[in-house]
Amino acid sequence: MTLREQLREKISAAFYRHGLLCASYPVPIILFTSASILTCCYPLLRLPLPGTGPVEFTTGVQDYSVPSHEPLGDLERPDWYHGPPVAYIQQVLVKAAVSPWDSSLVPVDVFRSPLGKVFSLLEEIRNHVHSDGSGIRSLEALCLQVTDLFPGLRRMQSVLPEHGCLLVSPGNYWQNQRDLFDSDSDLLKTIQKHEPKGLHTSATLRDLLFGVPGKYTGVSHYNRKRVVTYTITVVLSNYDAGFLSSLRTRLKQLHPSANCSLRDDHMVHIHFKEEIGIAELIPLVTTYIILFAYIYFSTRKIDMVKSKWGLALAAVVTVLSSLLMSVGLCTLFGLTPTLNGGEIFPYLVVVIGLENVLVLTKSVVSTPVDLEVKLRIAQGLSNESWSIMKNMATELCIILIGYFTLVPAIQEFCLFAVVGLVSDFFLQMFFFTTVLSIDIRRMELADLNRRLPAEAGLPPSKPGPLRTREAPPPPRPSPHTITLQTPAFRNLRLPKRLRVVYFLARTRLAQRIIMAGTVIWIGILVYTDPAGIRTYLAAQVSEQNPLGDSGGGGLSPHLAVAPVFRGGDPTSTLSIHRAPAPTPLPENQSQGHLGPAGPLPHAPPSMPQITWGAEDEEGWRRLSFRHWPSLFSYYNITLAKKYISLLPVIPVTIHLSPQEAIDTRHPQDTRHPPPPIPKVSVDIQTDLTLYKVAALGLAAGVLLVLLLFCLYRVLCPRNYGRNGVAHGRRRRGDLPCDDYGYSPPVSEISPLLLRGHSMDIECLASDGMLLASCCLAGQIRVWDAQTGDCLTVIPKQRLRQCSSSGCWEQRDVWDTITAESDCACESRDPNLGCDGVSEDDCYPLRRRSAPTRPPLFTDQPDLTPLIDTNFTSQPPSNLATPPRGGFDFGGLVERAYMEHEPPSPSTYPSPSSASSSPPSATYLQRTLSLGDASGPPNQAVGAGTQSAGDWESSVWAMELRGNLIAAGRSSGKLELWDAVEGSLRCSNEDGVSGITALAFLNNRIVAARLNGSLDFFTVEINKPLGLLQYRGAPGRGSMPPSPCYSSEDLISCQLTRSVQCAHQKPITVLRAAAGRVVTGSQDHTVRVYRLEDSCCLFTLQGHSGGITAIYIDQTMVLASGGQDGAICLWDVLTGSRVSHVYGHRGDVTSLVCTTSCVISSGLDDLICIWDRSTGIKLYSIQQEVGCGASLGVISESLLVTGGQGCVSFWDLNFGDLLQTVYLSQSGDGQGVRQLLVLDNAAIVCDFGSELSLVYVPSVLEKLD
Amino acid sequence: MCATLTTMSNSALTSDQRSERQHNSRGPYVSFITNRTTNLLIRGGMLFFVGVFLALVLNLLQVQRNVTLFPPDVISSIFSSVWWVPPSCGIASAMIGVLYPCIDRRLGEPHKFKREWSSVMRCVAVFVGINHASAKVDFANNVQLSLTLAALSIGLWWTFDRSRSGFGLGISIALLATLTTQILVYNGVFQYTNPDFLYIRSWLPCIFFAGVITMGNIGRQLALALLSNSSFYKRIIVALTEKVNLILFTFGKAKWSLNLQ
Repeated sequence: MTLREQLREKISAAFYRHGLLCASYPVPIILFTSASILTCCYPLLRLPLPGTGPVEFTTGVQDYSVPSHEPLGDLERPDWYHGPPVAYIQQVLVKAAVSPWDSSLVPVDVFRSPLGKVFSLLEEIRNHVHSDGSGIRSLEALCLQVTDLFPGLRRMQSVLPEHGCLLVSPGNYWQNQRDLFDSDSDLLKTIQKHEPKGLHTSATLRDLLFGVPGKYTGVSHYNRKRVVTYTITVVLSNYDAGFLSSLRTRLKQLHPSANCSLRDDHMVHIHFKEEIGIAELIPLVTTYIILFAYIYFSTRKIDMVKSKWGLALAAVVTVLSSLLMSVGLCTLFGLTPTLNGGEIFPYLVVVIGLENVLVLTKSVVSTPVDLEVKLRIAQGLSNESWSIMKNMATELCIILIGYFTLVPAIQEFCLFAVVGLVSDFFLQMFFFTTVLSIDIRRMELADLNRRLPAEAGLPPSKPGPLRTREAPPPPRPSPHTITLQTPAFRNLRLPKRLRVVYFLARTRLAQRIIMAGTVIWIGILVYTDPAGIRTYLAAQVSEQNPLGDSGGGGLSPHLAVAPVFRGGDPTSTLSIHRAPAPTPLPENQSQGHLGPAGPLPHAPPSMPQITWGAEDEEGWRRLSFRHWPSLFSYYNITLAKKYISLLPVIPVTIHLSPQEAIDTRHPQDTRHPPPPIPKVSVDIQTDLTLYKVAALGLAAGVLLVLLLFCLYRVLCPRNYGRNGVAHGRRRRGDLPCDDYGYSPPVSEISPLLLRGHSMDIECLASDGMLLASCCLAGQIRVWDAQTGDCLTVIPKQRLRQCSSSGCWEQRDVWDTITAESDCACESRDPNLGCDGVSEDDCYPLRRRSAPTRPPLFTDQPDLTPLIDTNFTSQPPSNLATPPRGGFDFGGLVERAYMEHEPPSPSTYPSPSSASSSPPSATYLQRTLSLGDASGPPNQAVGAGTQSAGDWESSVWAMELRGNLIAAGRSSGKLELWDAVEGSLRCSNEDGVSGITALAFLNNRIVAARLNGSLDFFTVEINKPLGLLQYRGAPGRGSMPPSPCYSSEDLISCQLTRSVQCAHQKPITVLRAAAGRVVTGSQDHTVRVYRLEDSCCLFTLQGHSGGITAIYIDQTMVLASGGQDGAICLWDVLTGSRVSHVYGHRGDVTSLVCTTSCVISSGLDDLICIWDRSTGIKLYSIQQEVGCGASLGVISESLLVTGGQGCVSFWDLNFGDLLQTVYLSQSGDGQGVRQLLVLDNAAIVCDFGSELSLVYVPSVLEKLD
Repeated sequence: MCATLTTMSNSALTSDQRSERQHNSRGPYVSFITNRTTNLLIRGGMLFFVGVFLALVLNLLQVQRNVTLFPPDVISSIFSSVWWVPPSCGIASAMIGVLYPCIDRRLGEPHKFKREWSSVMRCVAVFVGINHASAKVDFANNVQLSLTLAALSIGLWWTFDRSRSGFGLGISIALLATLTTQILVYNGVFQYTNPDFLYIRSWLPCIFFAGVITMGNIGRQLALALLSNSSFYKRIIVALTEKVNLILFTFGKAKWSLNLQ
């Protein structure tokens, strides 16, 4: 034993034990696994959440120094806070108002003169020079020098500074030139000119220049506060505390802000994450799509388990949590991930893969079902142990190789992958295996629940064998099971659109998507905070809570400065109409010296009040978070992964006198009409936008509805089930294997072959216990439907009619044979003779040969099977010369006779010509049923056969009830045979036209004749112990023949009524059930008769072709199919047509109904399954050529169809092929032409001259 | 003499018969779609779209490395390549994808290793990952990059293909494509930013090889899926959705680093 094998064995044993362990203690193991997952994921809590929003960090101004390049181990400092920032931003926040407000002022005055002040301020800032011991510094030296605008921004050229200091203010609109401003007749138009069209969420030029969001600037005609706010933004590249503080002092000194409580001791550093643009997003999205496709295709392979989705979820959970565990473990050991997690994640999943999980599942599932769950798990696990270990070792090797590439990024990836692989293995072994065991156990329980009653329902013991000879009953095939999967996990063979709809309905997918979308959208909104929702909410909260902190964002109340305003300085947006300050403030006087008009101690209500609130301190927070990145991006400077430092704002308050405002007026300003509707006009712009958006949304909604409607019309045309829509067509012969080559193990069902007939079987009848078959040779055999033993043989009626006397003379027989063969010689190939021409050509041949048969040799063996009409295989000389010369029939006949001697049946040598020379009667019936023969067959036939007696008439229809076989002959004679004894009970020769169909119900027999008449017979039994009383009694077949059968005259068959012209044309189908007799005929009509009084109830018209198939059952369901390929469902009580569908090209050959569906088969070899209530075609099954008509329904959900030498079982609800049973070993059998389902669920089908008895495996349905 | 002639004709006959028989036994790629041309066209079309898509996406992956953070026109960078690059990628991938199953059939050794869509998805993902790594990961030098990519490509072949024909075809097509690129560069159609191997980048053959393997994988699976099963249209839909994922094929990779003139 090599080392390898030893290793393999050890691994296998270990896995086996492990599987036992997992399956034995599922709950503790799952708990343990969950605990370990949570433990390993715990370090993840310390990791920051990924996102693209900026991060900020606040430091004090006093002790600020540019951080060093090396990141310090300081926990308080974020790791991005090292090195100098991209820029320092100093904002000068200007609030200006014309005060006191004069009624003579026009709206433009609100902002024209305040805006005009920007130029002087700019001048002041530009020219500010700070000098101290270290030298003289001006703004030019400190500010960020920009060189060129980003190409493609030419339109901004006139507005943004193109070189020199990056200094941004509203003055940029007028190139920072006062005279341009003064000569501008319409300021608003100038400002509006640069606004982008349409909805724009990110930073606009107006926001950039004003430095505050547009609606806070107050630059509009409808500004009722009459305070204008804007900022002058200075971008500095170097930090100089001295210069900045001197600038601050200077500006404060020039324009002191009263009651201003802004703190100026904090600077905020903002770090911007890497921006993810569309360009980066597309590859990322692609990888994720690939990932999902991979997961989808993988989990699709999970099969044969209780809950497919549950296991798929477990598999995904296994992989995901192993990834989380690996990240957590890496973090725990100090390895912080530097890779972009979102980017490498799909690759990690793909590397780790779901393969092991699938292999495990498949292995466990394919273990024998009857084993204990524990053992199944253990066995499955140990089967795959070697390959699992091998794969894992290979993957580890590959990753190790990757580790030695010495590329840091790859090394890190490999490290993660290794930890991930190991933790994945751990989870597979513990978590997934346990989940699998639970799943399998659930399935087993469902199976057991189902199986017990099913087996209990079987007859406990078979009745003793009836046969006289001592033949051991053939071994009954062991019960096999067909497993029906739970419905939810099978592919419903429905039209695609229905499946989609079902899926949507089942999962409520649409609602959930909408819900999730809303939640995500709100989340994004709050997270990115584009419109300042957070601030707004905070402000509202603080307003409603006056006792609380008056300022948001952890600002301490400004106790020392303005106690009066405590609790009263909410956002300016919310305090539109503030009451004037209750007490005049002493500081107000200082502001007075700026305004030439002098201060007004008690401000009139119209006086604009400039207030400074906490929100002004960090006014930039109200800007879009893309404000700064977009500003810098205009100069081709990226802020991604970098940070900027915002210095505390410098507040500037400017009060202007009305006179000043009037002085700066542009001549055209006064021409502006006063605001038309001052009351509502404040928000009219936003209102308009709102309306636009609403209208757009409405239009989009309507469009969507229309689109969906169109989609619905396209997908669901109204031609449900019309011809030509062959959806879900399945080819038979396809094994139920999935796309991956895996097919469930097929349990062998060995059919019982019933041999004995020498020619093709023509009629089959059964009542559940007995089975009668009649072949073309006229031989009737009766079989035990349970065991397949042949009970009786009725070779040909004449053989039984005489007593067994008379000698047997070879000579005469010889003549007979000669005559027969002569006849056959003349007709040559009946196929050819009869096909094209009418039956007239054939019948005379039969007639002529018939009388040559001497009637005295009644006890002869039936030699007709020996006729070899396959002349093509013989040399032509045989035909020319009499056969006695060159051909010896002696041996053949003698053997046949020897076999005939014992009355017990035995197999005749099957003549090679069995299939090649069916009597013409068959063809008559065939052509009848196929509707080729348009006219009724000639009367001459009837007359001819009549004169010939019984000799030549063949059995066209046969029924079996109780012990009685009713046989309808081509001569129009109805015979009743005893099935057990094989004796003729009675016969009725009232009719002359051939009986094409028979129905035997209770004690009535209905016979349909070729000429369209319908005869009702009553079977009368004179003795009270009539045989019919034995019907249905178990073990009836084992009873010895009752003495009441001994005399034949006890049973009589009386013609009670004959409906002469039931149909205009030959009756093709006859069915009886539920006290009704239904006939279908060539004349396109279906008639319903009452069985008792043979009264015609309805004539159903609706087909446009001859009726070829009818189905009626105890529940009064009537379905009919015709040559036009149409299927009609009728209400038998009212005679109305329930539905009418076209399903086949060509004739409908067979029809069966279940409670929920209708199954039809047609000449096009297609089996269609229809929904009975709606008439929608559910799916169709492609049959082999010539086997289309053979089908049967065993139970509500099990359909059986015949094929070439096989029968197939289908799951009716889902159209899945469950099993195919081959009837002969060679597999090259003939097509199954008829198929009969017996009560005990055995199927009898005839193929060629053989009957086959197939026991239906017990159906095992997995419950949910 | 006569005998010789007879044996010769016999051998010719038998060889003819053999080839005939071989031709008739169509291996696992038995077509239920009667019209082989239609079948071929459908596959080729799907592969073409896959190739175009991958070329665009992978091109984008490469472009963004040099792209500024806030390009004024992000969308246009998707189509920043010269117009003929995506179509030629598509045509090349269609040819390769059709060629692979064809070669398998000719050689009479049908590819049986991991024939399922999930494996194909995995292969595509790994291929995109290789491109991703080559675009995003900073390598010390070009030799390291080339060696790593070569190892990854071989690993790709070993994991998902393992057929000799696949390897041979991959190598030859990769060499051919490299040669073509070489000629194109030599004639000045475009050039690389920093060529290190004659006029091109040394990792180019590795990417070509991985692309060929991936395309061949997809092509084989398509042939299997399209040809072997009855629910023909379902397969098409599956394949179309799968197209969203696609391959990168060679030129997408080549393109970004070459400055088209």
